[in-house]
Amino acid sequence: MSNLIAIKGVRHAYSTDAGPLPVLDGLDLTVPEGEFCAVVGPSGCGKSTLTRLVAGLMKPDAGEVWLEGKRVTTPRKTVGMAFQNPVLLEWRSILDNVILPLEIVDPSMSRAKRVARAEELLAMVGLEGFEDKRPSELSGGMRQRASLCRAIVHRPSVLIMDEPFGALDNFTREDLWQTMRDLRAVENFTCVLITHDLRESVFLGDQVVVLSGRPARTQYILDVDLPHDRTIDVLYTQKAADMLHDLRNQIKIAQGRDVEVH
Amino acid sequence: METFNKIAVPVSALILFVVLWELIVWANGWPDYVMAAPSDLPAAYIRFWELFLVGGWQTLWRTVAGLGLAVVFGLLLGMIMGFSRIARDALYPLLVGFNAIPKATLVPVLALLFIGQHNFNTVLMAFLISFFPIAVSVGIGLSTLEPEYRDILRSLGASRFTIFRKIALPKTLPEFFGALKVSVTLAFIGTNLVEIVSPHGKGLGALFLSGQTNSNYPLMFAVLIALAVLGIVLYYGVVFLEKIFAGWAERQST
Repeated sequence: MSNLIAIKGVRHAYSTDAGPLPVLDGLDLTVPEGEFCAVVGPSGCGKSTLTRLVAGLMKPDAGEVWLEGKRVTTPRKTVGMAFQNPVLLEWRSILDNVILPLEIVDPSMSRAKRVARAEELLAMVGLEGFEDKRPSELSGGMRQRASLCRAIVHRPSVLIMDEPFGALDNFTREDLWQTMRDLRAVENFTCVLITHDLRESVFLGDQVVVLSGRPARTQYILDVDLPHDRTIDVLYTQKAADMLHDLRNQIKIAQGRDVEVH
Repeated sequence: METFNKIAVPVSALILFVVLWELIVWANGWPDYVMAAPSDLPAAYIRFWELFLVGGWQTLWRTVAGLGLAVVFGLLLGMIMGFSRIARDALYPLLVGFNAIPKATLVPVLALLFIGQHNFNTVLMAFLISFFPIAVSVGIGLSTLEPEYRDILRSLGASRFTIFRKIALPKTLPEFFGALKVSVTLAFIGTNLVEIVSPHGKGLGALFLSGQTNSNYPLMFAVLIALAVLGIVLYYGVVFLEKIFAGWAERQST
């Protein structure tokens, strides 16, 4: 089994007052185990719908979603999710927020083991010493770090992220890209990242999938031919610049605009 | 210093209030059937202290019982309205209409429905008058829960009940306690309403009525003050519970 995620010909429409609104039409996507797939596309093209389909939170009208060799029909415990809004629970400490998925996935796990696992992750993302703080006492970037820890605390095989860094300032965002890279080096998960940021998609992704405008289909796939241990500097190389340029042109096409001619 | 202020400020305000009250009565030369002065009250308390204790207890337990029913029923109704759009659309007009009925008009209705069941009627009134804010605020709190909060647990295959217990319920607690502060006062009014309006009543309300019947004006004022004190005790009881269960929602002042 090489492809951990396989999406085949998925079509989906929402029913609205004005009739059905198709958001996905002929979407194909495969992500090999351990790979990082970044998904970019114009606004409102159905990227968030894609995350909900992979997570099993909804079923497509047509087509198939496969995860670990099984057809996805309901949510499963091997998925972790992170959103643009960190959605931390205000009445729990940072530590207890991170522990939350373990309470659902493995109710028999001892408190000590849960704490140890959460502390290990919090230390990895630089939140050592903040375990007992409330979410409201942390900055936006720190909250998002805690949210990432919560998404992977139960060692999911798939991490699905829907613009997790979208609300952060540029410098904090670059810090979090590096945190994400470091987490990947230690934890084993296959990743789907929805993003608006082309630089983010190139820095983090092994492949970048460009979706067309609504209804979205797979328009273009870029293989990011860069080593895994990237630094931010890699974004300033000619190779990265060419890839970014390539992606930008694809986005233009997706938006239905002409590619600029030099 | 801060704790001193916390006690000293309200206590000084109270003393100032009593002194002003005494002064106004004295300056106008009002007799006690127009307005009793604070200095008239100790005599009433000393003479009728046993009635105050018994009446106070009756008023207290029936208010708390009614409020307890309102909490259970209000939470249930709020949950139904919070989770089901259809239930919300169906129940809302009914609830608003019921809430609009002046509760004094229900006293004779209840008295005829459950003849002679004075305790039951009183608790029922306290309940009827106080469940509305709880149901509405819990319903709104649950229905406005951001979908991402649900998704973090739903994506792990958690049951609806688990999501409710771990996320929806605690997240709604601040709204719930906000409503409970309104409800506790309403329940108290409901209890006293029945005690005063229905014949052969019990509790502080009945004591007030007997003061009126016997033209014992200082007693009437003494009952009013006792009711105020009881109301304060009940209200701060709720505040105390809120601090324990929803203290996290309080913003630290920086």
